[in-house]
Amino acid sequence: MKTKFQVNNGILIVIVAALAVFPFVSDSRTWTILLTQIFIFSILAMSYDILLGYTGIVSFGHAMFFGMGAYATAIMLNRIEPTLGVFFLSIAVGMVIAGILSFLIGLLTLRLKSHFFAMLTMAVSGLFLVLAEKWRTLTQGNDGFTFRAPEFFKDRMMFYLLVLACLVLVYFFLRRFVNSPLGRVLIAVRENEQRTKSLGFQTLHYKVIASVIAGVVASLAGSLYAISLRFVNTSVLTMEITLDALLMTIIGGVGTLIGPIIGAGVIELAQHYLSGLAKDYPIFERWIIFFGIIYILAVIFFPKGIVGTIRYAYWKRKNNDLKVDVPAPKRKELIK
Amino acid sequence: MSILLKVDNIHTHIGQYHILQGVSFEAKEGEVSVLLGRNGAGKTTTLKTIMGLTPATSGTVTFLNEGITKNATHHIASNGIGYVPEDQGIFGALTVEENLKVAMRKEDDAARERQEYVLELFPDLKKYWKKEGGHLSGGQKQMLSMARAFINDSKLLLIDEPSKGLAPVVIEKVMEAIVEMKKQTTIILVEQNFIMASRIGDTYTLIDDGETVQSGQMSELVQNEELKRQYLGIG
Repeated sequence: MKTKFQVNNGILIVIVAALAVFPFVSDSRTWTILLTQIFIFSILAMSYDILLGYTGIVSFGHAMFFGMGAYATAIMLNRIEPTLGVFFLSIAVGMVIAGILSFLIGLLTLRLKSHFFAMLTMAVSGLFLVLAEKWRTLTQGNDGFTFRAPEFFKDRMMFYLLVLACLVLVYFFLRRFVNSPLGRVLIAVRENEQRTKSLGFQTLHYKVIASVIAGVVASLAGSLYAISLRFVNTSVLTMEITLDALLMTIIGGVGTLIGPIIGAGVIELAQHYLSGLAKDYPIFERWIIFFGIIYILAVIFFPKGIVGTIRYAYWKRKNNDLKVDVPAPKRKELIK
Repeated sequence: MSILLKVDNIHTHIGQYHILQGVSFEAKEGEVSVLLGRNGAGKTTTLKTIMGLTPATSGTVTFLNEGITKNATHHIASNGIGYVPEDQGIFGALTVEENLKVAMRKEDDAARERQEYVLELFPDLKKYWKKEGGHLSGGQKQMLSMARAFINDSKLLLIDEPSKGLAPVVIEKVMEAIVEMKKQTTIILVEQNFIMASRIGDTYTLIDDGETVQSGQMSELVQNEELKRQYLGIG
């Protein structure tokens, strides 16, 4: 009999294979670009899930790592040369900077209680946004700049396949990470930090590790995002990016890893279709309002998200199936 | 028997409140020391202060002849003090197996042996091995919490109200387990159920209004109706 693990992996392989074949059977440029965006935001949302879903850390500054990756790639490709080698080097540079920064910020701020941490991350992220706006010689401020991508990515399909490969690799890496002994400690921290300390764990170290992993993965997403647009400006550092990641994670299912991917799909598709409706219905020009409403409704009525709700329903059904009638012990037996 | 833990005149503040105002007692190796007192006397805070969760503002806590008063909680736990809190502190999203594996820290032969031992002590845990902690009953959670503190080869176990909210039949099981654990480790027990405390305990410390009022052998307290009436409201 196949185990649940094998079945899940089997389904994943089929989905990944279908997505890999997609650009060969469809010539829709719109869909290729849309799916590429979904993959990139899936990577970002998964990185956010490591913080929120697995460690219980609410960060309002996640965009700074995304932005760091985007700027590292854009600046290096613009200033050095648009080759594949420089592209990969820029990804590595972005990840190293994001790793060092998330380590330092984590070490200084993760000692604080969650709401203070959330506020501080927002402030630090704001600082980076201002820095990017003011350091015009490097970033060209709000206006941003365009740059040339490596020749290899002229064909959108190649970039699509690279991003899909990154998504699959990041998913399996993070799945391995959360299922490792270290991942179990992170869940323990989320569940009860004081109790985890009483078991002999320096919880700050584990929270910093989670923060570094999340920061590095977010930077990768940022690098890919910059290439997809061939343009970068300060919007990659704004609160909107963090809120998108938060929304994708919550809608898909917090602490599920696969949920944020589904969440990213739902949000990106909704955004695409809602903004498309604006041609006929002017109200949809303000599609962001609908997102706000979706977010409020999701938090109130759908706190487990799509994957969380499905898993809960499955668990409930399984437990109902297993339920057997056990006669209650008699009082005499209890006293004895 | 040598003294394993010595608490000397500790004072603890939580926010603006002065909770412990001079608690002193000793725990000797291989014994069960019971902290007794009315609700709100400061028993749980005493355990938390030993663990460094609510650090003492003055006084000293010495464990294995080493001062641990200002140590961080994770250091205290790593030095060999296990803690079973009142609310059990089970990680609800982790299975019984994962709860124990997290607590184990290292998975060596000695740890595996201890795991076998706790599973013999609490066979229910083996039965619910793959069940999430959040879906266990109160008694099972208590057993898991005790197993988790014990699995780390703790030289001293601090157990806070293990009988609280449990059915009589489960209390009996928990009590048997504590008696069994006593053969391997030293225990400081906070317990409101005097019958249970007197059956397990070797020594007692009475705490009232955050202060130690009396310490001695449990057998003496069992005979002392006046003390029991005055500080425990029984007798």
